[in-house]
Amino acid sequence: MAQKTYRAAINEALKLEMRRDPRVIVLGEDVAGGRGGSAGVEEAWGGPFGMTRGLIKEFGAERVLDTPITEAAFIGAAAGAAMTGLRPVAEIMFVDFSGVCFDQIMNQIAKIRYMFGGKAKLPLVIRTLYGAGFRAGSQHSQCLYPIYTHLPGLKVAIPSNPYDAKGLLISAIRDDDPVMFFEHKAILGMKSEVPDEAYEIPFGKAKIVREGADVTVVALGRMVHMAERAAAALAKDEISCEVIDPRTTSPLDTDAILSSVRKTGRLVAVDEAYPRCNMATDIVALASQECWRDLKAAPRMVSPPHVSVPFAASLEDLYIPNADAVAAAVRLTVSG
Amino acid sequence: MQQSRDDLCRAYRTMRLIREFDERLHIEFATGEIPGFVHLYAGEEAVAAGICAHLADRDNIASTHRGHGHCIAKGCDTKAMMAEIYGRASGLCGGKGGSMHIADLSKGMMGANGIVGAGTALVCGAALSAKTLGTGAVAVAFTGDGGSNQGTVFESMNLASVWKLPAIFVFENNGYGEASAAEWALAGGDIVRRAAAFDMPGHQVDGNDYFAVWEAMRQAVERARAGHGPSLIECRMTRYYGHFEGDTQNYRAKDEVETLRRTADCLDAFRTRVTAAGLVDAAALDALDAAAKADIEAAIAFAKASPLPPAAALHDDVYVAY
Repeated sequence: MAQKTYRAAINEALKLEMRRDPRVIVLGEDVAGGRGGSAGVEEAWGGPFGMTRGLIKEFGAERVLDTPITEAAFIGAAAGAAMTGLRPVAEIMFVDFSGVCFDQIMNQIAKIRYMFGGKAKLPLVIRTLYGAGFRAGSQHSQCLYPIYTHLPGLKVAIPSNPYDAKGLLISAIRDDDPVMFFEHKAILGMKSEVPDEAYEIPFGKAKIVREGADVTVVALGRMVHMAERAAAALAKDEISCEVIDPRTTSPLDTDAILSSVRKTGRLVAVDEAYPRCNMATDIVALASQECWRDLKAAPRMVSPPHVSVPFAASLEDLYIPNADAVAAAVRLTVSG
Repeated sequence: MQQSRDDLCRAYRTMRLIREFDERLHIEFATGEIPGFVHLYAGEEAVAAGICAHLADRDNIASTHRGHGHCIAKGCDTKAMMAEIYGRASGLCGGKGGSMHIADLSKGMMGANGIVGAGTALVCGAALSAKTLGTGAVAVAFTGDGGSNQGTVFESMNLASVWKLPAIFVFENNGYGEASAAEWALAGGDIVRRAAAFDMPGHQVDGNDYFAVWEAMRQAVERARAGHGPSLIECRMTRYYGHFEGDTQNYRAKDEVETLRRTADCLDAFRTRVTAAGLVDAAALDALDAAAKADIEAAIAFAKASPLPPAAALHDDVYVAY
């Protein structure tokens, strides 16, 4: 099986689904790029990070639509198109920009099916880049998936590796519900084995990344790799971690999390999102309520401090939860 | 361009049905039986009727918080509409939308909307579907004078123009955005002037004149279906009731509505014109008046007799599958 980058896995999923279903369209800012420029090129960028490269060549400008910088209009248009027969995959370049079109996501896309008594379907995917570590400052580095997980009507996927990225994106495009799809910008070059053919990874099905007996560590997106590193280090001290990657936060595989916590009796939840009302608080609350009698120690949360993402490299490195922070939290649950 | 007697009777019936629907709601709302917010369309009927006369089920519209008129003109069932407003299981949305979210996609009605201006973006998508799938359909966004100042509306007009979408932006300038006058809130005074900024034709018409609305829309639809892109239509008229039911309207001069009802009513103007021209006789219009009254009576009875949504409906319809 071929080794492919996260970026290539996303690109491959888009191509396969566009070939399979002519109703799938891609739209966003500079998904091709170069329109009207003096160079006269058909594709200048193929997406700011190259995830949509080559699409316009194969599928044409009718299905690969560059938009002006106008998130409210094109995300709303994606919703309207989804209501009327297309299956749009829209790209919000950075999730930070979703503030511009928050109304369309929160009040329109998330609610239309419910408000219409089930008489509408919105087969729509919003792909977006998220996460710190790029020295990109406060407005290009946030996570924000807890906000979208909070909203009924949306599904939320946060793939941590190339294999999952491809399978989850294909599932998202085939899904009849609107999906927010989060791609971490610091792992786009990461490689893993990815089959050439199309395959689906079901939503709401966590992956047990590493089996263990002493402590359950739940982590998402890039944080899965921090958790894995911590688990490897802790194994040397004979602390056995079970690392769980929920892969989607809506739906959330609560069964996988809870059965692991019942087994280990200890929980560390790792989340790169701001610490208040994030996925770590959600998962700890869930386990505290459902597994109270099984818990041997207080669950711990590992998240950044409650600050915006700083620019200076030295500060940003302090901000991002790392493997040491995860390991320290695990040790606290073990030492009681 | 001429409209047949049937066309005219259909238009009058639509306008009268809207008037009866909302005037009756005004009375029924006062009884306390209708939950939530209700925004009445009475006074603006010529716009919904004149615009939607050009549309078929495959053509989509997105409406506003003041959406009853658009629904009726687009062919939504008045019984199911009324039941929706009463929050009943037999409502168009099973009682889960209410007045502000009535929708019927099978009729090309993409929903009333609680967010001012939001429908313009949805309409870009419906127009994109029509263009991409080659259906020949058009999509129409209704917005008010208040909505004309929303950023989403500007963005949507720009996008529609850049993408040459078969979209039509209809602005119902009834003089007030909630309790503030358009005269104050709307820089430049005329919404129609904003069309030029987005490189589309703009029409400004008397929204009490069904024929003027109809003709402007005829041109806009022709342009859209020919693939030449969007148009803007500004219609000027008034609303006969408050922003919402219960609004004391203390921002309007005491005689403003009464004077306009007496001198500029769209139904009166229509009746005078078609009878004077000998196109439809008064007796036929009287019969349509009576039929509309009976239809709305039946809709109220249907709504009141309909059961409330079952408790299980609380959890339904969030996702297709979860």
